[in-house]
Amino acid sequence: MRAWLRQHRRALGAAARKLAAQRSGALLGALAIGIALALPAGGYALLANLRALAGGAQLEPRLTLYLRMEAPRAEAEALRARLSADPRVREARLVTREQALAELAGTEGLAQVVAALKRNPLPDAVALRARQADPALLERLARELRTLPIVQYVQADAAWARRLAAIAGIARFGVALLAALLAFGLVAVTFSTIRLQILTQRAEIEVSRLVGATDAFIRRPFYYLGLLQGLAGGLVALALLWGGLQGLNLQVAELAESYGSGFRLAFLAPGDALAVVAFAAFLGWLGAFMSVSRHLRDI
Amino acid sequence: MISFSGVAKRYPGGHEALQEVSCAIAGGEFAFVAGHSGAGKSTLLKLIAAIERPSAGAVLVAGQNVGALSRAAVPYLRRNLGLVFQDQKLLYDRSVFDNVMLPLAFGELSPREAARRARAALDKVGLLERERAHPVQLSGGEQQRLAIARAVVNRPSILLADEPTANLDAAAAGAILGIFAAFNQVGVTVLVATHDESLMARFAKRVLRLDHGRLAAGAQVAA
Repeated sequence: MRAWLRQHRRALGAAARKLAAQRSGALLGALAIGIALALPAGGYALLANLRALAGGAQLEPRLTLYLRMEAPRAEAEALRARLSADPRVREARLVTREQALAELAGTEGLAQVVAALKRNPLPDAVALRARQADPALLERLARELRTLPIVQYVQADAAWARRLAAIAGIARFGVALLAALLAFGLVAVTFSTIRLQILTQRAEIEVSRLVGATDAFIRRPFYYLGLLQGLAGGLVALALLWGGLQGLNLQVAELAESYGSGFRLAFLAPGDALAVVAFAAFLGWLGAFMSVSRHLRDI
Repeated sequence: MISFSGVAKRYPGGHEALQEVSCAIAGGEFAFVAGHSGAGKSTLLKLIAAIERPSAGAVLVAGQNVGALSRAAVPYLRRNLGLVFQDQKLLYDRSVFDNVMLPLAFGELSPREAARRARAALDKVGLLERERAHPVQLSGGEQQRLAIARAVVNRPSILLADEPTANLDAAAAGAILGIFAAFNQVGVTVLVATHDESLMARFAKRVLRLDHGRLAAGAQVAA
């Protein structure tokens, strides 16, 4: 066991020295891998940000019931109470026409318009949040509420939510496709790096075989080399992504502040960042594995 | 220790390097493999080290059928063999010491013990003072001695040398053979392929003589 650990340590050390010795080549390889990975990682980060931004408002399962103008306040209150007791409803809130008007008046640029109104054109409304986000369930609930005589109009955010989810789905698929394509590129980069390394170490491999080195012993340093290069590439990708987001945030901050928001693009969650590095290291290993399997046979 | 029975080796392309070779080399023996160039000397040694596989017949080393060894088992066979080649196969990107350390890298030895062994091997071939030097700084004879040190560092029971003196003058060649004889003294089986008749005359050992791939003389131990 100790001998086995020592051999792995030696192989890792040898690989690290190789990487350090051909500084510029290894750096370029890691940079190529890093740039290739930064694209899908960046796409993923942007999507995660979009979801965080959109998820707050539009993706919540909300329905707004606009009541008939002539509906008495007591009936509106009764409807709200009945909906609150409905098991499908998490929360029902009565927005009186006065409240709605005040809210409208508070909106920037609309105060004067509201002031010019002779009478309040807004109806009472019940805003409710469903327990389940399933768009189909929401749709059914909306249809049911539409039949109530007191209800003039039901506005469902379900359609909106469905559309956004579909767009997000397409974007996610695109990012996954990009990641898959670039993963092939990454494997190819390591494949050729390791091939070159095998060629330059041809004599050493040949002699090692003659003096009794096992295949595992000969292959091990190359696996580590691929792994380390992938790892370095993953770190480069994270650095590029972080730098890119910092740059974007300068613009985003300006835009967000004009909307009175403190929104900033967030970096990947720690787990996701770790996954990027682990994925890169795995692909490096895979490229090395394929290259070693293909090229060591000829020596 | 080593036995050939009805061994033939045909290379792709039809060249018959060895035909119907049967012989045995006892443990602790010192023997020469002689013959003109192309007679099959190298092939004979390569069959013992499983660098080549016989087309027919069986090659046994310490009771093991070498020709039938799986690819995974070959390294363990080679750890019990010391191989010395005409072109030494030294690694020129590292020191003399590191060249000798190579076969110890995959053993069970601790680094300290491995270094001690490597120095002992260098000492036996008279290169201890040159351990920091690089192979290119060594003379032809010294390079061959370094190759021997690397071959014996694992304390093999069999030493195989293919034309180890081909590029050396008589004095250096004699010194190399002297080193082989010293290992043989301590029980190592030594098999040296050479076409140098004067060298064989000086050392008066059994000679396995190959002629166009057939064993012409020396199949039996001389009485």
